[in-house]
Formats: sequence, structure tokens, C-alpha cells
Amino acid sequence: MYRYDEFDHRFVRERTTQFRDQVTRRLSGELTEDEFKPLRLMNGVYLQLHAYMLRVAVPYGTLSAPQMRQLAMIAERYDRGYGHFTTRQNIQYNWPALKDLPDVLDHLAEVEMHAIQTSGNCIRNVTTDQWAGVAADEIADPRPICELLRQWSSLHPEFSFLPRKFKIAVTGAPQDRAAVAVHDIGLHMHRNADGEAGWEVLAGGGQGRTPMIAVTVRDWLPERELLPYLEAVMRVYNLHGRRDNKYKARIKILIHELGAEEFRRQVEEEFARAGTPEVEVEQRELARIAAYFAPPAYEDLQDVSTEFELAKNGNRDFANWAKINVAEHKAPGYAIVNISLKPVDGIPGDATTEEMNLVADLSERYSANEIRITHRQNLVLPYVRKRDLFAVWSALNDAGLAIANLGHLGDIIACPGMDYCALATARSIPIAQDISRKFADLKRQYDVGPLTINISGCINACGHHHVAHIGILGVDKKGKEFYQITLGGASDENASIGKILGPGFSGEEVPDAIEKIIETYIAIRGESETFLQTYRRVGADPFKEALYATA
Amino acid sequence: MTGKILTANRVDDGLVVFLNGRGEWAEALSEAWLGEHDSTIAEFEDIASAAGAGTEVTDVYLFDAERDGDEFVPAHIRERIRALGPTVRMDLGKQAEGIGGAFNALG
Ligand code: SF4
Repeated sequence: MYRYDEFDHRFVRERTTQFRDQVTRRLSGELTEDEFKPLRLMNGVYLQLHAYMLRVAVPYGTLSAPQMRQLAMIAERYDRGYGHFTTRQNIQYNWPALKDLPDVLDHLAEVEMHAIQTSGNCIRNVTTDQWAGVAADEIADPRPICELLRQWSSLHPEFSFLPRKFKIAVTGAPQDRAAVAVHDIGLHMHRNADGEAGWEVLAGGGQGRTPMIAVTVRDWLPERELLPYLEAVMRVYNLHGRRDNKYKARIKILIHELGAEEFRRQVEEEFARAGTPEVEVEQRELARIAAYFAPPAYEDLQDVSTEFELAKNGNRDFANWAKINVAEHKAPGYAIVNISLKPVDGIPGDATTEEMNLVADLSERYSANEIRITHRQNLVLPYVRKRDLFAVWSALNDAGLAIANLGHLGDIIACPGMDYCALATARSIPIAQDISRKFADLKRQYDVGPLTINISGCINACGHHHVAHIGILGVDKKGKEFYQITLGGASDENASIGKILGPGFSGEEVPDAIEKIIETYIAIRGESETFLQTYRRVGADPFKEALYATA
Repeated sequence: MTGKILTANRVDDGLVVFLNGRGEWAEALSEAWLGEHDSTIAEFEDIASAAGAGTEVTDVYLFDAERDGDEFVPAHIRERIRALGPTVRMDLGKQAEGIGGAFNALG
């Protein structure tokens, strides 16, 4: 599992020491807020509605049991006993005091964690598939490339002054669980006609105010050419990037303005001009990094586990959970356990100190000490033997964490919204709670089938509403909360941006509106057709009619 | 009667505070000073720029509120939530400490 090398460790310690000094100087008045603000943002400290918020990076969403325990301890000692797992696969604390934050950063450094570089106009943490290294459909573990990209971007002078924040996502599997098409740069691994694995390079995707699906700049690239190629992409971008207007400077706007063809042409020209130097160095570095992500020593197991099959026969709740929340593993006899943080009436992504400790314990006992965070605000135990699934489920079930709704209607993404966020125009969490209560019946959720509902509290789209099958965006209409519904978004390998259905709704009206959309789908769906497939076949009209037709 | 209240976040712990009649930063909205005249509001603006440069509070600004009996009710839901705490965690924030106010975040 991933560990810092020496360089990172020293760097993090130095930054923490600097931050302690900066906080002291802020509290004594030596630094004004204007001087201090950029420094605290560099260390992941934001000022929110009620208090400061600390955003802790979780590289590749991968955590060890001791790290999770430390996060739990920080929640208990320095916060209000809980943390919030976000769509960026990190954790946020909602109530830390500034004067405590240097200690918190020290505690994070003790377990090789930090809050650095989660803000500003630089390359953010590279994100990836939450099932990296374990998914049955995966070609190769994408995390070594992620780590190579992180190092490359953080050391590269050209990236220090990017016009805008810059996000990269990477997936090593045909099924895209990392939403690569809505990032500034997306990398998607494929095999070419000769069966050789290589990378599709996408660029110009994004959410926020101007959502766009990325264009494919190159459909297949051998891995050794990846960094030089990305350098070419970045140089073309930096050459044109508009720093004069903060809403226009994203790479998606550039590609939109130049046209995909012209952007491609310029990148290829730049790539051909610069050549591909230093290839061997990178290959050596990649091999070194890959060792950090080496899987645990798998036991030689039969893929079918009799214990597991018997347990399913004996317990219907367990069988449902196993069907919905457990995914295929690449190693025989193993499974990927997904822990939904979306109980009925809960706050999506929130976990208490006790819950974090329980998951840490379970990972220690059953999952090679490892935990993942997903961009759908859930947790994963990536290395569970099938014969242990019942024991894991029982422990989760006792704690109310065996919620069998993964990828279904109750598995709702919601950003913090106006309950916490200073930028919000409306609340998100109560809408998620209302919908979760209305559709609490799991049998009904299974009948509806795979469905994503994502909610954002403002146009920044942290709740990924643009790429939800049903997206909900909270807006302010004359001082009142109002919600726009979009349909037809997706963030997988067939990504699309949802379309606004029509006039918005008040918060109280949203659950009924969702109900009508679901009823319409059920009435018109074809044999085993999912919601998204139905929407793509019939378009928005039947849904509009159901919602807006005057009686 | 409507007026304006000066609010900020405290630097050391980040919590929401309101300017009271003695020129101090109070945690409870009910202790705030409701500026109802142009002259008071002009004074608020001076206090805001001085306080914003100081060490006690940060992000100082004015919001609209209305007097309702003994308490003040912010005009906008955002400020009502700031004065109370998260609507989804009634056990947290000022509402949990009994200093939130009797009004509802939803108005
Ligand atoms: S989408 Fe808006 S309201 Fe939600 S967390 Fe992001 S900035 Fe805050």
C-alpha cells in the first residue's frame, strides 16, 4: 500500500512547522487575514458558514487502518465526533478551531497524511477508481500512473501558475468509475488491436458553471509516451489559457473556443516537436512507485466459497447486501465490500468517530489493513475473503452500516450545501434526506434498478449533479431555496451532462417530483431497461409531461 | 422594525459572532445590536473595516434582520442558519447551546 517516500515526509513536516508559526502570527496580529488567507488555504483550511473547515487529502482515496483511526481520533478530539467524506475522495472536518489546527496537522503527519494542495490554481490531488487494483474488470492498477502524475505536476515549474485549478482523473478499467470525462484531463486505459495496454487521453471536461464532457485528444498512447504527451497538452493550454477571466480560463473553455480538431492538431504538433526524452527514467520511477501499491499476498482460494453461499441461503438481508454492495474482485475467492454511508434520513458521506473506528477494525481484521473512499461518498474494504463476508456484514449490520443501497436510489450524493458551506445558494442534505425517506423501501429501490441522484447546493457542482441520472441543483430565488432538476447525466464511459427539465421546485416539492419521474420511468421502461437507457431512448418529453402538465 | 446587524467569524475558533451594543463580539444573535438608522449603519461600516484588519474577528459584514419581540430574525435563510447551526444537526451549533433563538431557519 502507498507510503510517502522520505522527500514527502520532510516536506510535510516543514509545512506543518511553517503553518504553526503562521497561525501564531495570525493570532498575535502579525499577519492580517489578507496575508494569512492564502497560507491557510494552502494547508486545506477554509472558513465556512459556522466555523473553519479542514479538508484532508486522501491520495487515491486509499487509507490504512491506522490512518482511519487517526481520522477518527481527530474527529473526536478536535471536532464534534464526525467527519464528512466528499466527492473528491477526501475528508472534511466542519468545526476545528484555528488554534488547534497545527496540532491536527501534526497528528495527520504522524500517519503520513496532510491537507496540502487541496486548493488553489494548481493540479489538485489526482483521483482514480475507488476499486483500483482490485476490480475484476481492471486492465492495470491506475495508481502508479496517478502517483507519477502527482510527482510530475508538483515538481514542474510550468504548473505552479496555472490559470485555474486543474483536475486529473485516471482509470485502469473499461468501466469508468473515476468520471474521467468530467476532468480537465482524463486518462482511460484500453488495449489496442495487438492487445497492448495504453492510454486514451481526454481533455477539457468539467462540471461547475459550464459543464462539459471531455474530448478525446488521443485514443491510444503507449504508456512510455504519456508524460511527454501530457506536457504537450499543458504547453498548448498554458500558451492560450486566459488568466484574465476566472470563469473562462479552464482548459474546457479553451478547447471549446479552439475546437477539438484544432486543439488536437496543436497538441500533436507540439508533441512531435518536443519528442519523448527521459523515457527510461520514468519507467524506472514507475516501477519503483508500483511497488508501493503492490497487492497483499493473496491466499490461494477457490473462487466459490461454501460458507458464503450457505450464509446467503440462510439470511435474506445478507443475501441482498451481498448482491447489491459486494463487487467482483480480481483475485479468486476475494470480494470488494462497499459500505454505504447513506442510511435513510442520514447525511450522505458523514461518519462518526465510532463508525470510522469500526471500519478501521474491520479492515485490519478482514481487508489487509486497507480502506478506500469513493467519490459517491461511500467506503470500501477492498480485500475481503468471500468466506469472511458474513462476519463483515454482521459487524456492519450491528452498527447500522449494512445499508444495501449501493448504486440505487438511496445512495444519494449530496454536497454540504447551505447547512455548512459559505458558498451555497441552497441546502442539499435535507433534500437527500427527504428523498431517502420517501424511497426508504429497499424492495422498491431494487425494482427501480440502478439510479444515481446527485445534489449540489450551488453552481460549483461539488455534488456532481450534472452527471447524475437525476440531478438536483439548489438555487436562490428571491431569498428562497429553489431546486432545478436535470435528467440524463452520467459520469461513466458513456458520460453525458444532464438537461434541465423545466421550471424548478421548492424543497418540499422535490420528493414528489422525483416520485413522478420514477413512476413515469416504470410505466414506459422496456424489458430490463435502466432509467438512463429509458431516458436516452425516449428523451425528456414524457417526464416533462408528468411533471408539468396542467391538470 | 428592520435594520442591519454586523457579523463576523472569530479568528481563533472560527465561530459566528455578532457586534453588540458595547462594541464586543457576542456569540448569541439575541445580544446583537440592530442598527436601524443610517448613522448607525455608517458607524457599523467603520467598525467593520477596523475589525477586519484586527486579530479578533474576520470576514466582517452586515446583514438584514428584523426585530421580533425580544429577538432578531435575519431576513435571509443563510443568516438564520448561521445564527442557529446546521438544520440537519440540531444537536450542533448555537441552537444546541441554547443561544440560537426561537425562530426557525426556514422562516
Ligand atoms: S456545490 Fe456549492 S454549496 Fe455545495 S459544497 Fe460546493 S460550493 Fe458548497
